[in-house]
Amino acid sequence: MGVSIQVDKLNAWFGKTQALYDIDMKVEANHATAVIGPSGCGKSTFVRCLNRMHETIPEARATGRVRIGELDVYNGTSATQIRRRIGMVFQKPNPFPTMSIYDNVAAGLKLNGFRDRHRLDEIVERSLQLSALWDEVKDFLKKKSGASLSGGQQQRLCIARALAVQPQVLLMDEPCSALDPISTGKIEELIFQLKESFTIVIVTHNMQQASRVAEFTGFFLLGKLIEFDKTEKIFTNPSDKRTEDYITGRFG
Amino acid sequence: MGNYALGAPRLPGPQPVDKSKVTDISRAQTGPLIQSGSSRLADRAFYFAILACGLCVLALVGLIIFELVTKSSLSWHAFGWKFFFQSDWDPVNDQYGALPFVYGTIVSSILALVLAVPLAVGVAVFITEMSPRWLRVPLAFTTELLAAIPSVIYGLWAIFVLVPLLREYVEPWLARYFGWSGLFEGAPYGIGMLAAGIILAIMVVPIISSITREVMTAVPQQQREAVLALGATRWEMIRTGVLRNARAGIMGGVILGLGRALGETMAVTMVIGNRPEIARSLFAPGYTMASVIANEFSEATGDLYLSALVEVGLALFIVTILVNMAAQLLVWTVTRGTPARANG
Repeated sequence: MGVSIQVDKLNAWFGKTQALYDIDMKVEANHATAVIGPSGCGKSTFVRCLNRMHETIPEARATGRVRIGELDVYNGTSATQIRRRIGMVFQKPNPFPTMSIYDNVAAGLKLNGFRDRHRLDEIVERSLQLSALWDEVKDFLKKKSGASLSGGQQQRLCIARALAVQPQVLLMDEPCSALDPISTGKIEELIFQLKESFTIVIVTHNMQQASRVAEFTGFFLLGKLIEFDKTEKIFTNPSDKRTEDYITGRFG
Repeated sequence: MGNYALGAPRLPGPQPVDKSKVTDISRAQTGPLIQSGSSRLADRAFYFAILACGLCVLALVGLIIFELVTKSSLSWHAFGWKFFFQSDWDPVNDQYGALPFVYGTIVSSILALVLAVPLAVGVAVFITEMSPRWLRVPLAFTTELLAAIPSVIYGLWAIFVLVPLLREYVEPWLARYFGWSGLFEGAPYGIGMLAAGIILAIMVVPIISSITREVMTAVPQQQREAVLALGATRWEMIRTGVLRNARAGIMGGVILGLGRALGETMAVTMVIGNRPEIARSLFAPGYTMASVIANEFSEATGDLYLSALVEVGLALFIVTILVNMAAQLLVWTVTRGTPARANG
């Protein structure tokens, strides 16, 4: 089951440049929440702050309070523990090229010391089924490398890899921007099914995508969360002039 | 929130175009500005000059091979393949077998790799993944500097520092605790196969570590992030996300280092002991292909003696060329961004 995310006064920096200013947001459990905004507005940084990936960049830091379910992300929990509870899918599909499809999905579990072969087989199959890839790859799971798949398949493989560790939250950082429309459609369909069991936060450049998959949408501009509301409200009757300008295509 | 004006110029996006500021391309000058008849001739001359440079290199390699083959034919006819499997090297009776040199070259090089690879990979990992930024450049520079030291200097250092150290402390200790393996027995002279292996290891570290560094930097950042996002610790990230992806390239670096170790002459000659014998113990003196050529070439009076030395040279040449080619190929597959694909 997914859990909710509570963000209070989140600030983030790259060296001396501030990237996020006092973000407050409450992400509902088992819903998809979209994060939109023009390039460089901090939406990726925001998502990367949720699982502390932000701080892996040299000189990057973040302050504030992020609660994911019962977990206090910036207080008293190690980054590795956090990341085991939160799956992440990146913009560019990044399967491990030296591993087979099977090992790609099992990678997270193996890292965490999971050795039970029988259970591993089950989890790999279930994860690949969840990511709607099972039927396409089941015949050569251990024979082909993760890099031998098509772009869309690779991205679904990455989703399966993230799901295999059974996270409560799935973060997706523009998961479709490197994919063709058909693969994009498949992933969107997938998001629809996944949010029954996971909380999903998806960064997207594509406003139609946000309106298709997400119940809630946050609009970022220059490091600030301008508006956060039900997707329907954001796209039909935004309360901020800047949101309206953005979604009607005046800029960005 | 909202304490800035939504000034249109701050934001990118379609804006009305001011027609007066756009240069009309159709009216720009289109004719050639400079017309010159001599440029074609200069171009051709340049082409041939460059072509000659390129062919020169090919000709040089060809000539070297030709010389080695013709000069060694006498010894080849006298001994055939047996040359490489016989162990008497007896200039007085004109009996030549190169086995002790082949053995010495192989053993000293393998010893060097065993010692150098963990160190070199460790240095590369530290520099690319863990070192604080300010230390990165000096450290990389110093490692590279090791490669620039002339090998005779390494030889001198080995004779005055390394060999006494081995003789006084290291070899007695090894004999005491690992003597049972048979690799460390006999009198600890200091000079011998072990000293040669160690000095070679030091000389090979910069090669392996700089190539390892290069291929590790070529591993895309997304791979590191993918592993980290799964909840990996730093070490797990380096192992799974970096070393695993770079392994073909690292292998290439190791083989390139092997190529260097096989051909290294001066420093090895100074510490290996120069005795054409095959001994199990690493304390015993040995001889390598490169050092026998360097040592005996000036004294080689008989035709057959000279020819035998050239044949040793030819064998060394072929082996190092093959090793280098294999290494370049491996490094190339990795840095070109087409990681060797695992199919198993």
